[in-house]
Amino acid sequence: MLPGLARLAAGPVAIMECRQNIPCNPCADACPRGAIRPFDDINDCPELDMDRCNGCGACLACCPGLAIFVVDYTYSPDRVLVKIPYEFSPDPQAGYRVEALDRSGRTVGMAEVINVQVYKNKTRVLGLAVPEAIALEVRHIRQLRKGSSHE
Amino acid sequence: MRITNHPILAFPEREKVLFIFDGETLEGFSGEPIVAALHAAGVRVLRHSLRHKRPRGLFCAIGNCSSCLMTVDGLPNVRVCTEPLQAGMKVETQKGRGEVL
Amino acid sequence: MKTDIAIIGAGPAGLVAALHAARAGARVLLLERFPYLGGQLIKQTHKFFGSRSEYAGERGVDIAGRLIGEVNAADRVTVWEDSAALGYYPDGVLTVRHQGEFRTILPGKLIVATGAAEKSLVFPNNDLPGIYGAGAVQTLMNVYGVLPGKRLLMVGAGNIGVIVAYQLLQAGVEVAAIIEAGPAVGCYQVHAAKVERCGVPIYTSHTVKHAQGGSSLEGVVICRLDSDWRPVAGTEKEFAVDGMCLAVGLSPLTELLWQAGCKMCYVPELGGNIPLRDDDLLTSHPDIYVAGDVAGIEEASTAMVEGKIAGLAAALASGDPAADLRPELTAAKAQLRALRAGPLSAKIRKGLAKVTKSALAEVV
Repeated sequence: MLPGLARLAAGPVAIMECRQNIPCNPCADACPRGAIRPFDDINDCPELDMDRCNGCGACLACCPGLAIFVVDYTYSPDRVLVKIPYEFSPDPQAGYRVEALDRSGRTVGMAEVINVQVYKNKTRVLGLAVPEAIALEVRHIRQLRKGSSHE
Repeated sequence: MRITNHPILAFPEREKVLFIFDGETLEGFSGEPIVAALHAAGVRVLRHSLRHKRPRGLFCAIGNCSSCLMTVDGLPNVRVCTEPLQAGMKVETQKGRGEVL
Repeated sequence: MKTDIAIIGAGPAGLVAALHAARAGARVLLLERFPYLGGQLIKQTHKFFGSRSEYAGERGVDIAGRLIGEVNAADRVTVWEDSAALGYYPDGVLTVRHQGEFRTILPGKLIVATGAAEKSLVFPNNDLPGIYGAGAVQTLMNVYGVLPGKRLLMVGAGNIGVIVAYQLLQAGVEVAAIIEAGPAVGCYQVHAAKVERCGVPIYTSHTVKHAQGGSSLEGVVICRLDSDWRPVAGTEKEFAVDGMCLAVGLSPLTELLWQAGCKMCYVPELGGNIPLRDDDLLTSHPDIYVAGDVAGIEEASTAMVEGKIAGLAAALASGDPAADLRPELTAAKAQLRALRAGPLSAKIRKGLAKVTKSALAEVV
């Protein structure tokens, strides 16, 4: 379920793209605020209490399917902060401009890397500032080649 | 080609050794399967089939399929996907069934 | 040499079986044909699914490290690496080639956890160097740190194909496409999503028409299949690739079970010929248990729980376990049922129904 406009405007929130009944439930354990309902059956899809969720990203970093994202519409007047999981080398650096890709790997715009968190489990969480128009589409990045005039 | 930069895995430094492949000196890591050293050096053709002389290479990498048989230090039919590399080894593209005697 | 329980195979199923059997008080001999433990688990760089008891969220390679550490530290577990089981005989003797020497073992019970091997696919030039089983690509990259090629085509969109495609991208290899003969991918949606967002196209209803190359692979031509699985003329697509990965299914490695006389049954849903068993994972041979992919192709998480069941059941049957393990065994069976309860396990449940008989009811 996508958060409604009012919730998006209120602050960071997780978006879960896990819609298949597979045996998996570590997100519920990962949430420090109990915002993900404990699973009755391990094959259930996660249910997020969006009012409890503060978009901290703990579930994002743990999800084995890399299927959770965080959006913060309060980041700035025209840009949204999108957090995505990332497991490729090299790590981008804060300040980099990168291509923002959608779910099919198509470039939908440019993003500025705001921060890179490296979790203990080696998943990186990238904080990307993107134009509001593509905030709900960005799922991956493509780093520009070294020496490119864009860098 | 060897992986130098990996987001999850670290490949520890190992002892480099020299070995001979079809008369050419190559480098590998002591104890890794011979086929890993060959692949790192760009060698993927390991032998030729008996009748039609078709090139053959690595398939399963765990010793099940017999695609990777080569002659090592004179001994034929060695599965190079599991045989550990040692310094000075003589590895040859196997010709036919090889000679055991 | 005598032992209470001999376990053949130190992959996830065998490692967990060894831990539980030893904790139950049995003397365990764990045999592994390779010089390293962990089976296919050590090549899995992705985070595992399941629940906390199956180490969900941990990477396969880290779970393997943890289990191997526990096994090496365990009392009552003797580990023999570089040791291939050769045969199991009517007098209860297990023969082993242990680091080059021929040895005979007399185990009270045997747990066969030998796993599975890649299937191949038939098409012209399928023997060219550069065409690998998916597991081989994982082994090259994740164990030996060597690249299998610069640009690969993945055949098969089950979990293995899509996971290995992702691992190729992580190693810096280009993946030209993933093709799948079936009308839909067999992998979890989230695995497909991970590679699609990297721009890797997935072509369903497509198969390999032929591979081409001189001394090694240089290209692959694919074509679409119609609803009768027949190639459609004019739909050919060519990819210039120097590697191809076949992730078209696994076959259980059951030679030892056949040789020991276990009753087997052909179950396509589970990968081929697999042993009949009860819900303690005891085969038709009163001393042989099975666990993991050898009992039917499934997942690492189910392999680990099956290892627990077989380890506990074999220890119970060896007589005189350290504590009453029946509640733990019952709980493990419930854990396994829960993992298999979802809609994606329907095929697995169907296959298992063909080979599982209920154990004789115990007199309370």
